[in-house]
Amino acid sequence: MAKVTIDGIEIEVPDGTTILNAARQIGGEVVPPAMCYYTSLKETGGKCRVCLVKVTQGSAKDPRPMPKLVASCRTPVADGMVVQNITSPDVLEARKGVVEFLLLNHPLDCPICDQAGECDLQDLSYEHGTEGTRTEFERRTFDKIDIGDKIKLHMTRCILCYRCVFVADQLTPERVHGVLNRGDRSEISTYIEKAVDNDFSGNMIDVCPVGALTDRTFRFKSRVWFTKPMDAHRNCSKCCGKVVLWMKGNEVLRVTGRKDRYGEVKEFICNECRFEHKNPADWTIEGPRHINRHSVISQNHYEKIDLQNLKREVERQIVFQKGRQLPEASPNS
Amino acid sequence: MLTDRAKVVVKKEMNFWERIYLPAILGGTLITIKHLFKRKTTIKFPEVKREISAVWRGQHVLKRDEHGAERCTACGLCAVACPAEAITMTAAERKKGEENLYREEKYAAVYEINMLRCIFCGLCEEACPKEAIFLTDRIESTDYSRQAFIFGKDKLVEPVDKRIDVTKRQTSEVLEFKKNKQLSHNR
Repeated sequence: MAKVTIDGIEIEVPDGTTILNAARQIGGEVVPPAMCYYTSLKETGGKCRVCLVKVTQGSAKDPRPMPKLVASCRTPVADGMVVQNITSPDVLEARKGVVEFLLLNHPLDCPICDQAGECDLQDLSYEHGTEGTRTEFERRTFDKIDIGDKIKLHMTRCILCYRCVFVADQLTPERVHGVLNRGDRSEISTYIEKAVDNDFSGNMIDVCPVGALTDRTFRFKSRVWFTKPMDAHRNCSKCCGKVVLWMKGNEVLRVTGRKDRYGEVKEFICNECRFEHKNPADWTIEGPRHINRHSVISQNHYEKIDLQNLKREVERQIVFQKGRQLPEASPNS
Repeated sequence: MLTDRAKVVVKKEMNFWERIYLPAILGGTLITIKHLFKRKTTIKFPEVKREISAVWRGQHVLKRDEHGAERCTACGLCAVACPAEAITMTAAERKKGEENLYREEKYAAVYEINMLRCIFCGLCEEACPKEAIFLTDRIESTDYSRQAFIFGKDKLVEPVDKRIDVTKRQTSEVLEFKKNKQLSHNR
């Protein structure tokens, strides 16, 4: 076990846990954002650099600080480590720069994009970015590609997080899609637009943090915030069958996996559940899904407040705010 | 009792002059006659029109761009901003050959504003990222049926040959803001 302090909050986690996961165990604002790290996919992380944190004390044995900001999703904790995330101005400044870099080539087509409203990059740039850009070059553009008949690839919007490549690698037996070219020119591609017709290929829509991979059956059907998310399940021989139905009236517009609060799907669903069953009668509906009230999707969705959860949240906030404050200066100094 | 402001009603017996009501009636008539010689507060609409503010919020218009293509891309921000929930829309994908009709690859196939629900607050105009919807100085027409107040694209989109001027609504601050090429949405 290792004891780490993140933004003044102490927590004990098993050895080998990354800083990001330790912060997630604390929860709340101290959790660094992540665009490429994905818990349920192996080997992800370390690419987008938005989870950068400052390590002011390496460990109890070697208390020297780490020379540079480190990617928290790839750095394991050490006993006695002290980490600063949002309490460090350096980290916030660096993150702002990273967001600016991510947006260099990302088009500002949120009004058209189907991901708008549930887009990680939108949230990230809203929180950490600046509204202006300093680059004077043209953004790179690509033609839209149909990956199979169910998935659409807008390479222009891609931020090269490689999550979908890991899905193709780890979930689907033979990989038919990867990254071509290098550097500025790199692009996600299927080898010569070869269809990805694997049973789990639809999951690359869910893992995509931006609107680069979108569901063609949902294309321009409705904005996400006009649909109502419902938890539902069915007996599926290929997957767990636990999904979210995005409904408008009695119509199922879209089926996705269940994302947790970090936007990660723990149980992937098969293409049959995702694309073939758009009839509400096929599903056992469990009830409306909880949506964070800060999300635009929660517009006009009302739900009962869990008072015990609220109390826990308030207590957590109090502890957090205490940890954030600098220790009081002694009177003789 | 909830407050201490309750008043006890006094039922006083009326005296002779009060009982015949004539002084009260005469007093009332006098007020009426006085108003005959005062300046009128009403005007004869529609012959005479009242002067309205430059930023008057009247009937909406869906603008076209300089090439005559519709600016609206059915992003739904006006509908989500609308406090009266008056706006509904259905999006559609632009086909090849329609580039002169719609500016973006997605457009509003159906765009409806329920004018009976609309409170003319102007939040839709403020929310619009594409400068597509504006409230104009036109006064919304009257009608007999409720259905006629649901304005579709036929009434909202400006005709290509009869553009509706909204320059009055674009304040100097807005024009200045648009000149700033550093802001990515002005590109």
